[in-house]
Amino acid sequence: MELVMAIAIGALTTCGVWLMLRPRTYQVIMGLCLLGYGVNLFIFSMGRLSVDSEPVLTPGLPATLLQYDDPMPQALVLTAIVIGFAMTALFLVVLLAQRGFFGNDHVDGQGDAE
Amino acid sequence: MSGGWFSTAVTALMPHLMIAPILLPLVTACLLLFVGERKHRTKASLSLLAVVINLAVAVGLLWSSKQSEGPSAFGVYLPGNWDVPFGIVLVLDRLSGLMLLLAAIVALMALLFALARWHKAGAHFHPLFQIQIMGLNGAFLTGDLFNLFVFFEVMLAASYGLLLHGSGPSRVKAGMQYISINLAASSLFLVGASMVYGVTGTLNMADVAARIPQVALEDRALLHAACAILAVAFLAKAAMWPLNFWLVRAYSSASAPSAAMFALLTKVGIYVLLRLSTLFFSSDAGPSSGFGSQWLIWGGMATLVFGALGMLASQRPARLAGFAVIVSSGTLMAVIGFARPELTAAALYYLPSSTMAVAAFFLLAELMDRSRMDPAVQRAPEDEEDHLPFALADLEIAKTANLDEDEEVLIGRAIPASIALLGLAFICCTVLVAGLPPLSGFIGKFAMLSALLPLQVDAPEVAVASWTFLGLVIVSGLFAMVALSRTGIRFFWAPLGRGAPLLRVAEVLPIAVLITLCVLFTVRGEAVMRYAQSTAASLYQPHGYIDAVFSVKPVPTPTNAERLGVPKPASLPEQRP
Repeated sequence: MELVMAIAIGALTTCGVWLMLRPRTYQVIMGLCLLGYGVNLFIFSMGRLSVDSEPVLTPGLPATLLQYDDPMPQALVLTAIVIGFAMTALFLVVLLAQRGFFGNDHVDGQGDAE
Repeated sequence: MSGGWFSTAVTALMPHLMIAPILLPLVTACLLLFVGERKHRTKASLSLLAVVINLAVAVGLLWSSKQSEGPSAFGVYLPGNWDVPFGIVLVLDRLSGLMLLLAAIVALMALLFALARWHKAGAHFHPLFQIQIMGLNGAFLTGDLFNLFVFFEVMLAASYGLLLHGSGPSRVKAGMQYISINLAASSLFLVGASMVYGVTGTLNMADVAARIPQVALEDRALLHAACAILAVAFLAKAAMWPLNFWLVRAYSSASAPSAAMFALLTKVGIYVLLRLSTLFFSSDAGPSSGFGSQWLIWGGMATLVFGALGMLASQRPARLAGFAVIVSSGTLMAVIGFARPELTAAALYYLPSSTMAVAAFFLLAELMDRSRMDPAVQRAPEDEEDHLPFALADLEIAKTANLDEDEEVLIGRAIPASIALLGLAFICCTVLVAGLPPLSGFIGKFAMLSALLPLQVDAPEVAVASWTFLGLVIVSGLFAMVALSRTGIRFFWAPLGRGAPLLRVAEVLPIAVLITLCVLFTVRGEAVMRYAQSTAASLYQPHGYIDAVFSVKPVPTPTNAERLGVPKPASLPEQRP
């Protein structure tokens, strides 16, 4: 599972960074989204990966992290998703404003050379 | 003593006064959203009232952290009433008190300036402004890494809105770069914070600091990588070279009041670097002690060089101010890297004075740009190109110029009062930014240089870094002076064909107040320096901070009494089992 998770994070981050370096704003915003997903998965993995552990406290089990899933990274991911979503929406607004001003979707506002 | 009643009032309010810098702007922003779009007067007075109260609260908090010594010098507040490493915690010490007051002063001045005309330039200026203050205050007060991220995002979200305020192609273009770079930096922030959690198992800054000496040897590389990634996020905000390419364009195209607030935003990066490096990598931190200091020293100096050269290459006042921001944060970064209390004390004197000077300069830059605009040709200031050397056409005598008997232009005979005022303010800003005597910029730089000069040589590379820094501080001051006096000559001594600008009191007053405060910093230099010295001394003794945070216990309530192991409060009814 560690390997699958690492490959997933790596693939998402690579695609995200590559897209962010592209000249069109739409590609940049997709890149930021992919990078965000990669980061969110990474936060999950920082709470240790485990299979079949309890998400909520149950009577009878000792209340240590050996028995349970770490709830902290999940809370962090939830917050990060909300903030990331808001920032993406805001970025889209700026993207539309830029398109309105320059008539193209290039990050520097200058159209194709040809 | 006249402060007696004041300190009594502050002590009585103290436990809950600490959350006021966050709640007050938040509530005000919510209220402002309900006020109709056209009711400018109501919005302005509500916003102004909140900022004035915010300033009073900041003064109170600074007063309370100044009055006490030892563990009580730290205010610790548990908003969720949970035990320390588990719940959210707000911490107030001398450093955060200083930053809160600085933010409150600059915010009040920026708002006053905006009330002259900028606040009507677009929708929702006031709510965004309040949220910006909330993010700033939260970042200064928070005691854990994840809430630092949240407040950073609050602050950045508001700053995106403020940068775009007034709209225009140049702002949107600069905003695009500013937003993308900050979103990428926020991702790095999350990666770094979660790695710190993965290694130490906690996000509370005091708890992380206490656990760093016990981190296993094989995990230490991971911890250092985490802190380095985290630092990149702050360094992008604090404008370290080469992460600062977005800054000058963004700051110089923003409206003047927003730009004055942005002068503070880079200082948040500096604040966090100072706070975390002194907490995490202090001398108690075992093998991690002093991690990354070489990077900060040399990176800070590279930033200083970049900023100084940028100032020489700039013509527009707003761009000059943008590079001045970079120069001051480069200086502060290198000082943090040196990690010496006496040097940091000097930097803590330099930090508020340079922030206020640059904020005043941003406000002044707009008035200067306005005076240059020909009413017949409505050029937006941001559309002007940055030619070097400045176009000689500017200096040619216009056909319509009023000539005397010797065919000389009648300039310099009677300077209009508004130009004279602007010129005076410009000279003060030049003196402050370049660090010339007699104002506080000089005292700050002088204190830094004199703290460097003994050069206790324990390692040759330390001496090399110290000498390089000493040289760079002096040379960057010279560069700033050359660049600023060139601009001053162009604007105030060769104003051919330009009318005197119409100035409003609300626009000149903030600049005057900021400069007066810098003068006060000079006059009361000793008192400010004493505060800075004790702040620096407590920063490099991080166990005081850690002990203060851990000594706070939640207030017993019926629901948590059992967990805390204390009898349930008698006045409350017994809970059902």
